[in-house]
Amino acid sequence: MLTKLLSGDRPRSLILSFVLLAILAGLALAPFLFPGVRSLETAARICIFIVLVASYDLLLGYSGIVSFAHTMFFGLGAYGVALASTHMGRGYDALAVGTIAGAVAAAVLALLIGLFSLRVRAIFFAMITLAVASAVAVLVSQLSGLTGGEDGLNYSIPRELTPAFRLGTLFGVSITGKLLNYYLVFFASLMLFLLLLRVVNSPFGRVLQAIRENDFRAEAIGYRVVLYRTLATCLSAAVAAIAGSLFAIWLRYVGPDTTLSFEIMLDILLMVVIGGMGTMYGAVIGATIFVLAQNYLQNLMGVASGATEGLPLIPQLLDPDRWLLWLGVLFILSVYFFPTGIVGRLRSED
Amino acid sequence: MAAAPDHAPKYAQLPLSDKIGRAMPLLLVPVLVLLGFLSIGSTSSWLTLTVSGLAMGMMIFIMASGLTLVFGLMDVINFGHGAFISVGAYVGISALLALEGWTGVPSLMLNVAAVLAAVIAAMCVTGALGWGFERVIVRPVYGAHLKQILVTVGGLIVIEQMIHVLWGPDEIYITRPEMLKGAVTFAGAAIEKYRLLAVVFGLALFIAMRLVLKRTKIGLIVRAGVQNGEMVQALGYRLRLVFIGVFVTGSALAGLGGVMWGLYQEVITAGMGEEMMILVFIVVIIGGLGSVEGAFIGALMVGLLQNYVAFLEPKLALISNIALMTAILMWRPQGMMPVVKAK
Amino acid sequence: MSDPILELSGIHTDIAQYHILQGVDLAVPRGGVTMLLGRNGVGKTTTLRTIIGHWQSKAGRIRFNGTEITTLPTPARARAGIGFVPEDMGIFSDLTVEENMILAAASGPLDPARLEWIFAAFPPLRTFWKSEAGNLSGGQKQMLSIARAMAEERQLYLIDEPTKGLAPAIISTMAGALRDLKKKGASILLVEQNFSVAKALGDTAAVMDDGRIVWAGEMAELAGDSGLQERLMGLSMEAH
Repeated sequence: MLTKLLSGDRPRSLILSFVLLAILAGLALAPFLFPGVRSLETAARICIFIVLVASYDLLLGYSGIVSFAHTMFFGLGAYGVALASTHMGRGYDALAVGTIAGAVAAAVLALLIGLFSLRVRAIFFAMITLAVASAVAVLVSQLSGLTGGEDGLNYSIPRELTPAFRLGTLFGVSITGKLLNYYLVFFASLMLFLLLLRVVNSPFGRVLQAIRENDFRAEAIGYRVVLYRTLATCLSAAVAAIAGSLFAIWLRYVGPDTTLSFEIMLDILLMVVIGGMGTMYGAVIGATIFVLAQNYLQNLMGVASGATEGLPLIPQLLDPDRWLLWLGVLFILSVYFFPTGIVGRLRSED
Repeated sequence: MAAAPDHAPKYAQLPLSDKIGRAMPLLLVPVLVLLGFLSIGSTSSWLTLTVSGLAMGMMIFIMASGLTLVFGLMDVINFGHGAFISVGAYVGISALLALEGWTGVPSLMLNVAAVLAAVIAAMCVTGALGWGFERVIVRPVYGAHLKQILVTVGGLIVIEQMIHVLWGPDEIYITRPEMLKGAVTFAGAAIEKYRLLAVVFGLALFIAMRLVLKRTKIGLIVRAGVQNGEMVQALGYRLRLVFIGVFVTGSALAGLGGVMWGLYQEVITAGMGEEMMILVFIVVIIGGLGSVEGAFIGALMVGLLQNYVAFLEPKLALISNIALMTAILMWRPQGMMPVVKAK
Repeated sequence: MSDPILELSGIHTDIAQYHILQGVDLAVPRGGVTMLLGRNGVGKTTTLRTIIGHWQSKAGRIRFNGTEITTLPTPARARAGIGFVPEDMGIFSDLTVEENMILAAASGPLDPARLEWIFAAFPPLRTFWKSEAGNLSGGQKQMLSIARAMAEERQLYLIDEPTKGLAPAIISTMAGALRDLKKKGASILLVEQNFSVAKALGDTAAVMDDGRIVWAGEMAELAGDSGLQERLMGLSMEAH
């Protein structure tokens, strides 16, 4: 039963199984285990990023395609919900329409980019997605009449999903709409993750991996490489858009910085590589570690920076704003010395 | 001695359509300029926009030339190239700020000397940085595109962040040296002096680069290496050394482009290289990966189009480049002047 | 003949996951033409590419002119005196014929006397000296690729199927040029599918099958024994 749910792709490492179970339990019971607004924010963010990173892994790890447009697809989903909620008014229908429209738009855009670039060389795809994603980001901040520009959009969602909705208390935790919202995010993320797991373990997923290993041979055997790669791109984009919709439902706000920025793209890259490319479970580990570190390690850096005040250069290097510097270093080192990531390492030790 | 061949040697003439096809990209720039004239209507605005478009194009070309050659020679795509643009700008502008005594006075000699010193400093630092980047970041991942993209992006982040560490997090504003301020009036159009200078300088650099590529042996090796690196090595040339040379030169040129761009915008940020990389990639793609001429034409088209569209419909300026790229790729999926690879 | 100019012992080469050369032992005698024969796909081209260093052998030794070159990079092997004419000719098609020839003289300017000799062997190259090499006909490109190898004194030439797809008249030009080269004292290792050319040019021969040398000896012996030819090379090598 469990194996079937995981599409036969078991963690294949005792430690990894424990860690994954711990993360699952932690996220499932987050409102009760770690009460507080901030920890719930963190837990929801972890859920959403697990899906976002897993969908990216479908491209990078399983298909060997580098895309820089993943945040663009994420943002399409988020803005889909925001725009639908703004124009259709608060309601579940707006959430559904926004989500579906965002996912379809993402898939169509991915199809177009794929047709243009994957046909020629896979490397074009990386460059073209970078250009298109940045243009879209600029467009979103310029079309302020529609998108709210740099300020973004605030909108209402059904009352049952907001803190204003109260049901009473359970185990000393007050059950509010926010908590229901969290479980919406949690279960939707879980289902999307299991869906992606199914995709990569399907015949389709295996063809993708064959193409990644040797596209000439895959072509020679008779697989239409461009078709498979384009399909993977579309699927990955659609799932990223749905993750964006969840994010928009959770935050009740969208803005360019929270959904479209290049920095989030880098975060995604780091999570995939650190967790382990081409493993799906790597997305879980990578996203969890990264979001936790982002929320809590930056404080630590602030402390360290303060403590080293007076020394030359070191306080600046440890400044919490230089968080990306250390991530960049970690990123390069992981690509060189740790290309299979945490999951790969754990699996090879058993 | 061998007997002379008894067949009549025939020179394979190119069909006329092929000849036109080859020349087409060269015609695109004048066509674009003409279209700009027709849609803008006012001669003076058109002239101003054309000069600034050309200036912008030249600067983008300077930044892009190294990247396209590096790709052509060794199949290495360097997403960290933009870091050299930023570093060049910071080093060059710092030098100019330090030389305030030379830039603040209305003396052409001193002004030019200051800019020259800034450019040399920027190019030396970015060239050295490029050398280190090639050794540390790029060399371990030859032949693996995926890893190349990942580590060079990592390198870009690290260098950008180091700029924050060394120069602080805020953007730096600068004013141009006295003699480069202001504009000249020509046919009723005000044309900034600096833009004219950028056009002249960019053109001179392009011509010099072409001369090196066409007339010197090292240029021949580079051009041949872009087509068939294996054969160049089989003739006895150490292509690796040539490649490192091109990488360092390309990095130094990116640094030069950074200084020029900083002076053009009169403000520099650590993220400017990353932003310029978008345009550089578009230029390299539409020009045809590995082609210097293609990058030159592509850069001029991007610069002109961006300026014309910004005048006609400001919000579409950035999208215009994506549209241009889409149109060119529909016409020629490999870019305007793709390099014919031997294999 | 004295010690061989080139000696391969136990060479193994992999291309990706495929084990192409499975222990090649080959000696190329000094100052003669050695034919490397065999069916398609037995590893002849891979052997040449391993000698010049485009593929790195994973086991075995290569000695050239008495020194070991097994681990040297390609440019060092070329400068040691090995010229290479690949199967696809390796013409720089965006460069002119002249530029191709200038590059071919790696150690200095083109020697005018040598150039005259090359022009005599391949007159079309003089005619099209300033034209883009990409516009040459197939035969002219092949002339250029051999001319490039001749542009400098080399002790050993590795030439891969110089007559492939050429008209008979041009084949005889090629054969003449190669004979010329040999007269100048160079050694040649020649891969050839055209058996009559092989018979006419070869002094010694080695036959490959399945990534190994299965027969080596005098060319005349192979040429005179059709049973042996049949056994070694099957039907693909019918005499022309």
